[in-house]
Amino acid sequence: MSGSASAQRPTWIAPLRLIAARIGAALLTLLLVSMVIFAISGLLPGDAAQEALGQGATAGQIAALRHEMGLDQPGPVRYVRWLGGIVKGDPGTSIVANQPVSKIISERLPNTLRLAALTSMVAVPLAFLIGVFSAIARGRRLDRALNVLTLSMVALPEFLVATLAVLLFAVKLRWLPSIALVPQEPTLGEFLRAYTMPVISLAVIVVAQMARMIRAAIIAELDRPYVEMARLKGVRPGRLIFRHVLPNAIGPIVNAMALSLSYLFGGAIIVETIFSYPGLASLMVNAVTSRDMPLLQACAMIFCATYLLLVLIADTVAILANPQLRKG
Amino acid sequence: MLHAARRLPLSGKIGLAIVLFWLMVALIGPFIAPYTPGAFVSEEVFAGSSGKFWFGSDFLGRDVLSRLLVGARFTVGLSVLAATLACATGTGLALTAAVGPRWVDELLSRAMDTMISIPGKVFALVMVAAFGSSLMLLTLIVAITYVPGNFRIARSLAVGLARLDYVEVARARGEGRLHLALVEMLPNMIRPLFADIGLRFVFIVLLLSGLSFLGLGLQPPDADLGSLVRENVSGLGEGALAVLVPALAIASLTVSVNLLIDAATQGKAR
Repeated sequence: MSGSASAQRPTWIAPLRLIAARIGAALLTLLLVSMVIFAISGLLPGDAAQEALGQGATAGQIAALRHEMGLDQPGPVRYVRWLGGIVKGDPGTSIVANQPVSKIISERLPNTLRLAALTSMVAVPLAFLIGVFSAIARGRRLDRALNVLTLSMVALPEFLVATLAVLLFAVKLRWLPSIALVPQEPTLGEFLRAYTMPVISLAVIVVAQMARMIRAAIIAELDRPYVEMARLKGVRPGRLIFRHVLPNAIGPIVNAMALSLSYLFGGAIIVETIFSYPGLASLMVNAVTSRDMPLLQACAMIFCATYLLLVLIADTVAILANPQLRKG
Repeated sequence: MLHAARRLPLSGKIGLAIVLFWLMVALIGPFIAPYTPGAFVSEEVFAGSSGKFWFGSDFLGRDVLSRLLVGARFTVGLSVLAATLACATGTGLALTAAVGPRWVDELLSRAMDTMISIPGKVFALVMVAAFGSSLMLLTLIVAITYVPGNFRIARSLAVGLARLDYVEVARARGEGRLHLALVEMLPNMIRPLFADIGLRFVFIVLLLSGLSFLGLGLQPPDADLGSLVRENVSGLGEGALAVLVPALAIASLTVSVNLLIDAATQGKAR
């Protein structure tokens, strides 16, 4: 990339500047998002102190606890204190569990990350294959069939996919237990038993969206003149795709993958619940049910930050992959 | 209308037929239900399909078909309402942004960009935790969740139109902003907006039944299709129809709307 012979600015300055701007914008958005989340969940009349003490509490007790929890402070002060806590890694104390939120989350977060990583390992290659094949067969019967298939899969409710997985693997085939908790030091067999169904369910949800975006990225590339040229030169279709088109489409394809992975959360929330998987998404659902606001806010912030991070990665890849931006 | 339907590809025709079927069910479902949806009519719980109970019985021995017919009304009705609300709000704001002063556009766009950065389910969960989930609040919550998506589409349509000569002419003629937005611009946005309403409808059905499935949506005794899946999930181990049928019902609704939109928009592009 470097080694510019002329006295111009080095070629990496322009993309770097763009990427820095994107990072700045993402941080600003995250700040605004934190305001929205806090405004919805933190400024309401429904009072955590009242809830923690129950109906029998006297007005004096409630006032004392309110003071202790800082609820008698004005909203902006509470927001700044809360945000400061999040930045320092201490988002407060869970009302229900009476434990630091950071401790609860640090127990659950690795589980969700593992689930997401395993799902990506299954979903990304599969989506890539479907995307490439339907792009090659564009307009033909295979492409139309795959189009209807992925279009339908995008609209499936997550719990139907999980339900069908249980019916197939646990009830009909009896290969897997319908709920399997992962022991502390799992053997490979135990590991597979516990993860197969959640991963398959999540992968089905993500693959369709990803495959559609990958197909679109490749087709956009297929429409460019150099492809026509290569075809006229007599390059065989397989070689055309793998040697000419794919290297040029890497940017948009990785972009598509990063964006589709953000759909994982919506799936995880249902899939973790159905399989009683101790991850962050099911933790958040519990926080909603028990109205544990500090825990809920922290979970929401983690998911929003992850989403913004994925979008940022997608943007960065798009910038790096665009040679026109490299010229500066 | 009929002519347009005939030109749809096969997938679109199937989609249209199933969508119409579910709209019919939402309208007349409760009147053709064979049993009272809350009544315990079967001795056996999680019974299979029989002549008396087409889709078997649920975890309390209630008739699954009857509960499905009533639940579909909630799912379809609330989702249509919420999707309409979301798109009316989003498009209204988008038109305001397009014809209003520059700072209004900046402000609205910035606010919507922020909201769109919060994944829909996260946003809905935070709102449900804060406000609860009565029928009206739930509809509002899922509607608000999908306002930013519609705003983004409608704004780009409206801003594109605002630059066209005919709108400039109308502005020069001295027409007011309201006239520009509603008489000049809106009619030219209708077709793409209808596709977007359909898309929001799919998202909303999935979100609403997802919430109900988690126990955070409709509260008993009301039950939409998602609640039906939730309350019968204990029958999953024996492969009970009571879990499977409502889940498949939701899928048939969302998938067919998706196929219909795809077919309708593609037909135009060709």
